[in-house]
Amino acid sequence: MLVLVVITALAFDFTNGFHDTGNAMATSIATGALGPRVAVGISGLLNFVGAFLSLAVAATIASGLVDTSEVTLTVVAAGLAGGIIWNLVTWLFGIPSSSSHALIGGVIGSTMAAAGGSAVLWHGLVSKVVIPAVLSPVIAALVAAVGTWSLYRISRSMTAGARSHGFRIGQIGSACMVSLAHGTNDAQKTMGVITLALIANGTLAKGSNAPFWVILCCALAISIGTYVGGWRVIRTLGKGLVEIESPQGMAAESASAAVILLSSSFGYSLSTTHVATGSIIGTGLGKKGAEVRWNVAGRMATAWIFTLPSAAIVGAAAYGLAHGVGGTIGVIIDLIVLAALSGLIYWRSRGSKVDHKNVNVEWPDGAPEKVPAETAAA
Amino acid sequence: MSWINLNALWKIVVFGLIAGAGLPALFAGGLYSLSLGPKRVRAAGADGGADSDVLVGGSVIGMVLAALALLIILAAIGWGIYEIYQIGHPPVKK
Repeated sequence: MLVLVVITALAFDFTNGFHDTGNAMATSIATGALGPRVAVGISGLLNFVGAFLSLAVAATIASGLVDTSEVTLTVVAAGLAGGIIWNLVTWLFGIPSSSSHALIGGVIGSTMAAAGGSAVLWHGLVSKVVIPAVLSPVIAALVAAVGTWSLYRISRSMTAGARSHGFRIGQIGSACMVSLAHGTNDAQKTMGVITLALIANGTLAKGSNAPFWVILCCALAISIGTYVGGWRVIRTLGKGLVEIESPQGMAAESASAAVILLSSSFGYSLSTTHVATGSIIGTGLGKKGAEVRWNVAGRMATAWIFTLPSAAIVGAAAYGLAHGVGGTIGVIIDLIVLAALSGLIYWRSRGSKVDHKNVNVEWPDGAPEKVPAETAAA
Repeated sequence: MSWINLNALWKIVVFGLIAGAGLPALFAGGLYSLSLGPKRVRAAGADGGADSDVLVGGSVIGMVLAALALLIILAAIGWGIYEIYQIGHPPVKK
């Protein structure tokens, strides 16, 4: 059963990397600063390195959110299933959601279904997940706004061509930092869950850090996911999004990388999606004449609020199913349902294939947009 | 038991501003000094300036300043990553 849980967790990690390549690399691919293959390669590699940087977030997930003495393997498996299902469903419908919150919500939901609300460490949940989720986009927006303003101020006497050329180079650097930050924050969430499973199984003592093989597996899963690349998301972000100039891109990416890295080292489990969005809004605020589409931002914020409780409900339902059937068989049935749903969603998304060959083809004018461009960052 | 860790919050804001906005600003300064010099004037004269993407202006002081800015940025990133590694690997609690 432990093996099943670990495999499920790594599958979650893989999709996590897969979805989020675009957050870091889309603008660099779109401006031609990096070739598509090269970009996802670098991003994958840096995600791998980033995963080794810090263990603070993994510790939060493993021991800061739920009472580990109440957690069983079935609970972890059901929580993961909840997270993955909510993640894939929202992805299919283009609803922006945070993979981190889906995962945390799933685990909390299944814990509550198994052991009641008292097994959830509400203080840890609010202070390490909910409050950072509210504050981080605001801080990122502030940093990006200051950055954007000063970049334009300093470079205002340069020719427009030289400026965009120069900042395209800078963007490569800042995009690399976002990839690194992503590995540091997101790979750790899966490490945390696997550690939770190992504690539940009695393999590890309560309060342990993630062992080395767990770090290695998570790093590999997220970097392979990144390398395979969410071309669909990259294309939407890089081409469908209103064109961001390269100084704005660099300011947004630097702000995201700084906020994610700093917060990770304090053990806050942020959503890279939330931070990246905050930064993009910030670059809009920092540049004269640029407008921020607050209605889009408002829609996204609504979706963020729903992610935690919804994933919790799916996680609780998954626990109910697994517990109702009982034992390993119950978990296997959960996973079969999960695999069937994933297959269905993959099949639904095959309709229009996007890969490294056509990722940069011009966005056709007047084509029906499947999702509002900015919301595809989930 | 406080709900918001103010100590962490101000650090994230201040260091976030220094690293997330200050370093790109330094990069912009580097680009600007790099662009100073005779070639920039010539490039600007040739095609009206706006479309020129000539990066290196040719001024020696400008190039030195640009290299200095780049070095500071790389050093800051390296130091930051080292600090995060130190914080992120606490001794295992027994």
